[in-house]
This record gives sequence, structure tokens and C-alpha cells, in this order.
Amino acid sequence: MAGGLVGDPGVTPLVSWERLTLGYGTTPVLKAAHGGLVAGSLTAVVGPNGAGKSTLLKALVGLLRPLAGRIDWHGIRRQQLGWLPQQAALQFDFPITVAELASLGRWRRTGLWGALGGCGQQAVAAALAQVGLTALAQQEVVTLSGGQRQRLLFARLLLEEAPVLLLDEPFAALDSSTAADLLALLMQLHREGRTIIAVLHDLELVRSHFPETLLVADRQLLHGPTAQLLAPAALPMRAVQ
Amino acid sequence: MTPAELLWDPFFSFGFMRRALAGTLALALGCAPIGVFLLLKRMTLMGDALAHAILPGAAAGFLLAGLSLPAMSLGGLLAGLTVALAAGGISRTGLLREETGLTVFYLISLAGGVLLVSLRGGGVDLLHVLFGSVLALDDTALLTLAGVATLTLPLLALIFRPLVLECLDPDYLRLASGGHARYHLTFLALVVLNLVAGFQALGTLMAVGLMMLPAACARLWTRTLGPMIAVAIGVALLSGYAGLLLSYHAALPAGPAIIFAAGALLLLSLPVAALRRR
Repeated sequence: MAGGLVGDPGVTPLVSWERLTLGYGTTPVLKAAHGGLVAGSLTAVVGPNGAGKSTLLKALVGLLRPLAGRIDWHGIRRQQLGWLPQQAALQFDFPITVAELASLGRWRRTGLWGALGGCGQQAVAAALAQVGLTALAQQEVVTLSGGQRQRLLFARLLLEEAPVLLLDEPFAALDSSTAADLLALLMQLHREGRTIIAVLHDLELVRSHFPETLLVADRQLLHGPTAQLLAPAALPMRAVQ
Repeated sequence: MTPAELLWDPFFSFGFMRRALAGTLALALGCAPIGVFLLLKRMTLMGDALAHAILPGAAAGFLLAGLSLPAMSLGGLLAGLTVALAAGGISRTGLLREETGLTVFYLISLAGGVLLVSLRGGGVDLLHVLFGSVLALDDTALLTLAGVATLTLPLLALIFRPLVLECLDPDYLRLASGGHARYHLTFLALVVLNLVAGFQALGTLMAVGLMMLPAACARLWTRTLGPMIAVAIGVALLSGYAGLLLSYHAALPAGPAIIFAAGALLLLSLPVAALRRR
């Protein structure tokens, strides 16, 4: 679990950012942010549409170069970060089966050329079982529903065995049953000691499950305990809703 | 005419037909898998544009050394790679989308290439460059076609998994490999190399046909990647064979006949695919 916020005395950050400015082209969506997160924290990234939540996540994972400032991961390499993208980032009509796509999560062990092996196949089967996709293992991904696709991305994430997980809208457009299953899985991963950073829209879900929040709004990045940052009185409603 | 006379005699009787068949088969082996990945990467326009883009390079080689395959191939290779990189570079500036950049460059390339050929050659030379001369493949040309296929297949096998990841989830490949440019560039180089090989046999305008039509046909028959590549190679091989037969018996130009055969196989596959999906 988190041992306090970055900036508290004696707290060492897992990731920190200084004078961080993010954007596309020359247009910043986030300007001169300072802050960081500690290992084992469970953090929601919230903010209005277009505020730069996904942009922040992409910069943290290394997919987007900051316009200015820097992001430093301490004691961990970027390639050790687990990444769950939005579904739109994937080409689901690619001819590949559920088990094959999930197995791509084993790249840290297999490299880009190594064989999966018996151990790897067992791990893939276990991950698919964990997300409830065992029966669909040999099915083409194009035939999956939106919820099943999200379960599959979670299976790939599990197989990465990463100590830090970054998730971009993991529960967007899911039915309540799938969202509940995947949320329970995410909480279990956190209890096992993983650091989790997730872009979310559902503020009730954030209040009930995520102790820390990064609030992106008006080109600023606020960081604090969720109860404090998203308290109804403190919440800049027009910015977040 | 017996079936044997119809199907085999042209190849038994004439050396130029055997050479054409060998060249086409070699071309099919390299081009068809490349076409499948172009299709899956949604880069069909890229293949078409690069096929046109090699023209000015080939024309420059022709101007400098006449109808010399090495000179024209080298020129084509340089021109193709330049356009591929330039289109990618322009899209990164945000001024034009990559497909717009490709269209711009290939139109300029096509016009420039035709102008260059016209400076020295006549209509016959231009037709040779645009539509190839598969019935006149010499040893150098055959070795080039076989060499390109020999290089293409193991290289594709080597970058197979990164290529799959790049089609499926390019961001994930960047995270997994620390950068995907080298795989993309290797693939682009293979596209250009196969187009350069193809232009000698089928011409700059038709070379892309043996990439894209078999790949599109295979997409109709199967939804799994391995079989898709196998079907695409099969269709390309069959198109080469059938096209050469059509060319021989109907006294038609061989390059267009081969591409026409590939197109016919695609059109015939459409109703079958529609029925299978019901």
C-alpha cells in the first residue's frame, strides 16, 4: 500500500515529474506540473474529456515525449511497466486468436522471437481462466464483444507480470458485470503489491476504490487523497463533469 | 487440343516461357506474404504508391546505362526508399497525412519518371518500364527475382512477431521493443525490394498487383494468418501460371494477363466468401 504522498517527509517516489508540459504539436494540454507517486499506490487519473488524462498516461509509460520537463522512474525501467490501452488502439480485425493475443503479454520472458513453451502456455491458460475466457481461447478476436475484448486485454496485462500497471479507461463502455469482475481483479493485483494508475470517468468508483487521485483540468495537474481532492465541496464540478 | 497441350506444351516447347514461369513463381513467393502484411497493416495505398515511386529511379538508371537491370533496379530501390521515408517524414510534421503525402509523391514520381524515359527512349522503352517484359527475362533478371525471394522469406520470418504486433497494437510494440522504427523500415525495404524485382517482370504499374490481389483473395478464404499467407502464395503462383497460359494461347501481353488472372481469382472468390459468411 502507499506509504504517503510524494513530498511527505521520508517518502521516496517510484515515479516523479518536474516542470512537466505535455501536448501534441506545440499545443500543451498540461503545463509545468510537479509531483510523483510512491510504490504500491492506487491512483485514479480523472478530469474532463480532452483534459489530457490519456496524454499523461502515455507520457508516463513512455509513448509520448514531453514538450518540456521530465519524468523519472526510480528503480524501474520503462520496459517493466504494464500497459492496458483503450480498445480503439488495437486492430481487433487482425486474424489472431484469443490465446495468441494474450500470449503477446509474455514478451518479457520470450523476447520478440522466443517460443512460448509449455510453461508459457500454462500461464496463458491460467490468465484466460482468471478473466473468464477459457472457452473462447481458440476463437478469433474479431468475434469478441467489447466486454470480452476488455477481459482479453486484462489477460494480456496479467501475463506481463509487471510491478506497475497503467490502464487507460479500463472500465469504459462495459456492462456492470464485466466491470465488477475486472475491478475486483484490479483490486486483487493491488493487494498483491502492484502500483496501479488508471484513467477513470466514474467518480463514484474512484471515491470508493482509489485512495489517491490525479486531477487533470485547465492544464493543471493536482494530486492528493481522493477524499480530499474529490470532496463535493472542493470539486471544480464544471471542470470534471 | 488435348489438356496436356493446353496446360503444359507452352512451357515444354519454349525456353522463354519456362523462364517466365520460373521468374513469376519466384516473384509470387516473395510478393504474396508482403501483400498480406500490407493489407493487414491497412497500407494498400503504400504498396501502390511505392510501385509508382520506383519509376523515376528506374528511369534514371535507364538514362545512365540503357536497359541495364542492375542500374534500373538500384535506381528504383533508391527512389522507392526515398519516397517511403519522405512520405513518413512529411506526415510526422503534421502538414500532410501519410496517405496524402504518398499520393503527392507517387504522382510526382510517375510524372517525373515518364518524362525521364521520354528524354532518351521511345514509346517501346516506356512500355517496357511501365508494363515489364516477363517473356524476356535473362539470367540476371531471373537471379534477381530468385535472390529477392530468397532474402524476403527468411527476413519476414525474422520480423514476423514484431510485424504482427505492429499491425495489431503498434504502441505495444514500442513498449516491448523500445522502438518499432527498425521493423517498419525493414518491412518497407522489403516492399520496395519486391516491387523493384517485380517491375522487371510486370512493370512499375503492374508489380503491386501480384502483392495485393492474392492477399485480398486470401483474406476472403481464411481468417487466420498462417493459412492466409499460404493461400496468398498459392493464388499468386496460380495467377502466374494461368496468366502466362492466357498470354500464350490468346496472344495477349503477359504481365497484364498475370494480373488479370489474379483479379479473376479474386472476383471468383467473392461469392464463395459471401456464402461462407452466411
